[in-house]
This record gives sequence, C-alpha cells and structure tokens, in this order.
Amino acid sequence: MARIIAGIGTSHTPAIGAAIDNGKAGEPYWAPVFEGYEPPKKWMAEVKPDVVIMVYNDHVNAFDFKIIPTFAVGCGDEFPIADEGWGARPVPVVKGYPELASHLVQSLVLDEFDITIVNELQVDHGLTVPMTLLFGQPREWPCRVIPLAVNVVQYPAPTGNRCNNLGKAIKKAVENWDEDLKVVIFGTGGMSHQIQNRRAGLINKEFDTRFLDGLTKDPDALAKIPPIEYLREAGNEAIELVMWLIMRGALGDKAEEVYRFYHVPASSTAVGCIILEAENFHNRRVAKAGA
Amino acid sequence: MAESKAYDDIPGTTVFDAQRARKGYHLNQFLYSLMSAAIRKEFLADEHKYLLKFPMTEAQREAVKKRDWNTLLELGGVSYALAKLAFTDQHSYQYMAAEMTGMTQQGYLDMMMAGGRSIEGWRSKKERGEA
Repeated sequence: MARIIAGIGTSHTPAIGAAIDNGKAGEPYWAPVFEGYEPPKKWMAEVKPDVVIMVYNDHVNAFDFKIIPTFAVGCGDEFPIADEGWGARPVPVVKGYPELASHLVQSLVLDEFDITIVNELQVDHGLTVPMTLLFGQPREWPCRVIPLAVNVVQYPAPTGNRCNNLGKAIKKAVENWDEDLKVVIFGTGGMSHQIQNRRAGLINKEFDTRFLDGLTKDPDALAKIPPIEYLREAGNEAIELVMWLIMRGALGDKAEEVYRFYHVPASSTAVGCIILEAENFHNRRVAKAGA
Repeated sequence: MAESKAYDDIPGTTVFDAQRARKGYHLNQFLYSLMSAAIRKEFLADEHKYLLKFPMTEAQREAVKKRDWNTLLELGGVSYALAKLAFTDQHSYQYMAAEMTGMTQQGYLDMMMAGGRSIEGWRSKKERGEA
C-alpha cells in the first residue's frame, strides 16, 4: 500500500527561485537561505519519495478571477510552468500521477471535501520553488507530483481546522491505494509576511516559532487559530500557513520533527522549513541507523 | 463588530474579501492578462489603449497608469495580481511592497535585514488612533 512517510513545511518565496535561476545563490544575502536547505536536500536524496503531494497556492497564474476553487487537485499527466509576468522559471515540466490523483479526488469527495478537478494546470512559484529547494536543479524532477492548490488569494481561505481534517482524509485515501509507494506531502507558503499596503514587511518571529513548535506538539491547537489571528499577528499573506496544516493532518497523530530552519529575510518573507517524519517511518529510520 | 469584518481594524492592510473582489474584477482580469511577453509589450506601448479593452472604472485606469499601488488595493486590486504590473515594469514583489509602505527602497531593505517590521504598534487601528 502507499504510505505518507513524511511532511515538509516550507516557504515558497518567489525571490528564492529567482535567486537560484539567476545564479545569485552564493551572494551574502542569499547564502544563509540555501545553507539552511542543504540538510533537507540531503534528507530528500536519501528518502527518495515516489510521489510528492504538493499543497500550495496559485498566485493568480493558473486561476484568474473567473473561477476560484477552494481546493483543487491537478489530475493531468504533466503541468507546464507559468509565465507569472517575468517569463517562466527555467525548471523542468512537472510530471503528474493522474491515476493516483483521480483516486485521491474520488476518496476526498466521498469524505465530504468538495474538490475541484483540474486536468490542465500551469504551476507557479508556489509549487516550483519548494521543488527547487528540496530537489535542486535536475534535468528532470526525480518523482511524480500531485498538485493540491488551495485558495488563499481571496478571503476567506479555508480554516485551519478544515485543512487539518483534509490532511487526515488524504492520509486515508493514500493508504487505500494498492501500490507500494513512498509519498511525501508538502505544506508550503508563509511564514509570517505581508506584501501589501503600509504594513508590508511585517515579520512576527514569536508567532512563527509557536507555529513550528505546535506542528509537532499540538497540531489540533494550531488548527483552532482563527483567520483573523494569522492576518493580524503574522501578516495578510501569512494565511498561507493553513496549508501546512493539511500536511500535518496527513501524518497521523504523532510525527517527529527531524529538522527545522528559520531565517529572515527573503524579500519580504520569513523563511521557515521543517521536516516531520510520520511515526512508523521515523521508528524504522531510527532502528536502521542503530543497526 | 462581526468576526467577518474584524479585519478592517488591522492597520495598513487591505484584506481582499468578496466585496473588494467584486469591485476589482475587471482590474484584476487586466492584471492577469499581463502573463505573456507579447501582451506586456502591447500594454507598455500604449497603456491607455490597452486598458480600454477592460471595462474597469476610470479611477482604476488612472491608478494603473500612476502605479498608485495603495489606491489600486482600495479599488479592488489584489497584491498577487498587482505584482504582475510591477513585473511588467521589471520590478520585484519587494519593490512593490516597499512602494506601498511609502519607504525608500533602501529603507525597506534595511528594515527587512534587521528582522522586518515589528508587530508592536501594528495590531489595531484603534490602538494607533486611526479608527
């Protein structure tokens, strides 16, 4: 059966992608960010997932304002890279997993999550920056990707509680898939940031630290944070953090934090990265390391 | 005040809710159209002419031409879509964000390098005497 072995929480700041694409990763401004992502890259190279479920938000690239789905799953064979306004990022086309994605949708709808099915989807920095941060710059991405786009552009985004529960339903759906697959789920966006109006540049390290701590210790408490608290305390765009709760919900009751990184700034954003291993997978890794 | 509008008390922030989205629909559809090099070129060659293709208000067209970011937010623009206008001008999100604050680019960069804008004093319009 397929299993979700781990979750990654990571920012998806577009300037990080631009820094890599333009060869600026070694500059003093950017070097600390990329150093922070070296251990996660190594972790990913060891774990070698078969499939990534990428929970991200589209930034007015695949979806204009004609249709705004709250939850959308990409069911296509592949997903081209969007030209967001400065040309498409020079990264490989993202290969999907239509069979598993369609199974996910079916299972989630029967579990009362009203998922929008997207067969043609251009993906933007919300998806490609985490791919670059965790997989580097390969000629082809080493695994298949199921995009799960969440509306956080038009208020209100789905609540943290809804996201946490969606994660739980994703875990159930994946475990009902009869193929031996290692799945890693990403929750992307955040952390604290605001990129609009006079309050732009807001960062709240205390909020972010509490959020990172809570992911392991008490995700159900995090799921109760109301939308207004994200907006007020961590910035208008920090509402993206609800997507990390989908990732966390998909890991089961217990998860082990094996890595954490936090850095300010990347453009207007606090960058956070956390690796959470699902309990069974973590115990096997620990046993193997001790053997 | 109902929870649904509690966010109007956050200072220096324009939450893109359903009412603003309604007002900004054609403005945002214009911004969305800037996703190809050919369109960006066409727009820059004659902004007024290109803007007439979209049934937005005259105030929205004027604010686009002036790159009056905070007015565009008020008139229903959403930051992710407005960024496409900044990109069309070869600027970044950071450039646009700094413009919105009224700070200089260097001032904004310095603030970010020092850890970003503190939440203290920025929680509530009431607290700031702006309400």
